[in-house]
Amino acid sequence: MASVVLSEAEKLYIVHGVQEDLRVDGRGCEDYRCAEVETDVVSNTSGSARVKLGHTDILVGVKAEMGTPKLEKPDEGYLEFFVDCSANATPEFEGRGGEELGAEIANTLYRVFSSESSVDLKSLCINPREHCWILYVDVLLLECGGNLFDAISIAVKAALFNTRIPKVQVSEDEEGSKEIELSDDPYDCIRLNVDDVPCIVTLSKIGYRHVVDATLQEEACSLASLLISVTSKGSLTSLKKVGKGSLDPESIFEMMETGKRVGKSLHIALQKVLDEEESLGSSRQKVGFLG
Amino acid sequence: MAAVSMRLPVARKAVVPSAPRGGEKHLVAPGDTITTDTGYMRGHGTYVEEEKLIASVAGAVERVNKLVCVRALKTRYNGEVGDIVVGRITEVQQKRWKVETNSRLDSVLLLSSMNLPGGELRRRSAEDELAMRDYLQEGDLISAEVQSVFSDGAVSLHTRSLKYGKLGQGVLVQVPPSLVKRQKTHFHDLPCGASVILGNNGFIWIYPTPEQKDEEAGGFITNLEPVPLSDREVISRLRNCIVALVNQKLMLFDTSILYCYEASLPHQIKDILKPEVMEEIVLETRQRLLDLEG
Repeated sequence: MASVVLSEAEKLYIVHGVQEDLRVDGRGCEDYRCAEVETDVVSNTSGSARVKLGHTDILVGVKAEMGTPKLEKPDEGYLEFFVDCSANATPEFEGRGGEELGAEIANTLYRVFSSESSVDLKSLCINPREHCWILYVDVLLLECGGNLFDAISIAVKAALFNTRIPKVQVSEDEEGSKEIELSDDPYDCIRLNVDDVPCIVTLSKIGYRHVVDATLQEEACSLASLLISVTSKGSLTSLKKVGKGSLDPESIFEMMETGKRVGKSLHIALQKVLDEEESLGSSRQKVGFLG
Repeated sequence: MAAVSMRLPVARKAVVPSAPRGGEKHLVAPGDTITTDTGYMRGHGTYVEEEKLIASVAGAVERVNKLVCVRALKTRYNGEVGDIVVGRITEVQQKRWKVETNSRLDSVLLLSSMNLPGGELRRRSAEDELAMRDYLQEGDLISAEVQSVFSDGAVSLHTRSLKYGKLGQGVLVQVPPSLVKRQKTHFHDLPCGASVILGNNGFIWIYPTPEQKDEEAGGFITNLEPVPLSDREVISRLRNCIVALVNQKLMLFDTSILYCYEASLPHQIKDILKPEVMEEIVLETRQRLLDLEG
């Protein structure tokens, strides 16, 4: 992960600040930085989103392709995640430097979405055992400014909200072979229900307290973090501890409660922005990358 | 109570320049033709193609007699003798430290250019060399002055005054070096309750004003006591104000930072970083600075 080097006095200043609930940029321990969310930024995908959380910039594209369902789940489609840590984000990602981090993030996303209730996979099925929709979710890290997991999960949820899967009609031939027809109308498509898609909340332990949405400097002061994926209703789908420090079971419970609370606010805020964008429709001035 | 604010992105508005002071500047972008007159010598930031002088960086054209060069607006720090810089130690080598100062090459701080405790003047011995790491380690921040510039552009620093040395608790803000105005002094004790060092290399250090001003230790004793909450609020507000000024491309100097701080007082500290609040505060600052001039 991209990291900054800090002097001992700077770290001490940050730790004492967190203790008094006043972080370096004036936020409280449970405040997020101002986030910008935009969907439908990449034209040749089924759905895309871009999220800017402070200095962290994430681009997610979702492509829906037809394929065969998995053997153990013949009447469901599935999601495939791939994370690319671009060298634009930080020189450490040059060449193959970003592969390890990319694999870690992808595995975390698989875990977060492993719960059956996150995405309605049965709606992605076309013909049981033969055809289904596979959603390839590609995440691109454009800039690393701390708190990658949260930003990525927000972007994935926004991209899934924006995904439009074309409607298909299955017709049977005389010989019994099935023919699949895509409707001609590009606006005739099905949308995914993202109400239960979880978002990751990272809680970093700094000193005796924990903070949400840590910047790179705060991440350098924290020895252990807890990644919690929370749905909009407040239920947890996965829990992961990262970092070389240790966490007390008491503090894990506290962090979980904080995570649930913050997660609910996160979902409400995100849904509000997504609904606002939807209601503006085509009259919205697209900002994209040159804004 | 958690506060999460999300919004749709808004296209950045072009910052309208106030009345041009000191004549029009000839701004060019990479690829723009500066002149087709072949009588000029080409300087930094330009190249000749098909008898035309073309700019290779984005910046302002400077003409000195027959020499034409382009001074880039956003570059790495180019050291000049006498500049005050704030740097971070990256390596501890045999008789010197390598300091990162946001320039093309790491700057050098020789052991002989560093003050000894108590300000004694003596030849540096082998024990001093072995004790280097006890004083400055990798990651430490120092304030120093540029002593000389090597031929390859690398900068040699010195901390031969008691006001320079290792920095203690505070906040570092990194800004483009061209936004730091050159002034007589770069160490400011702001009346709002904090002190600020405006490094010419773009590293701005905000720290709580030390109580005892009579004895300046030269940074050998780091104060590790917790900073009181009131000072923290001032420091966080100053930090956000500086980020706002940089975002709106205003020059940084003690007056502009102070005016921006005063303009931001009605808002909460964390709200200063919201785009609309940033614009409002910087507009007010710009207005006050113009009134000051005019």
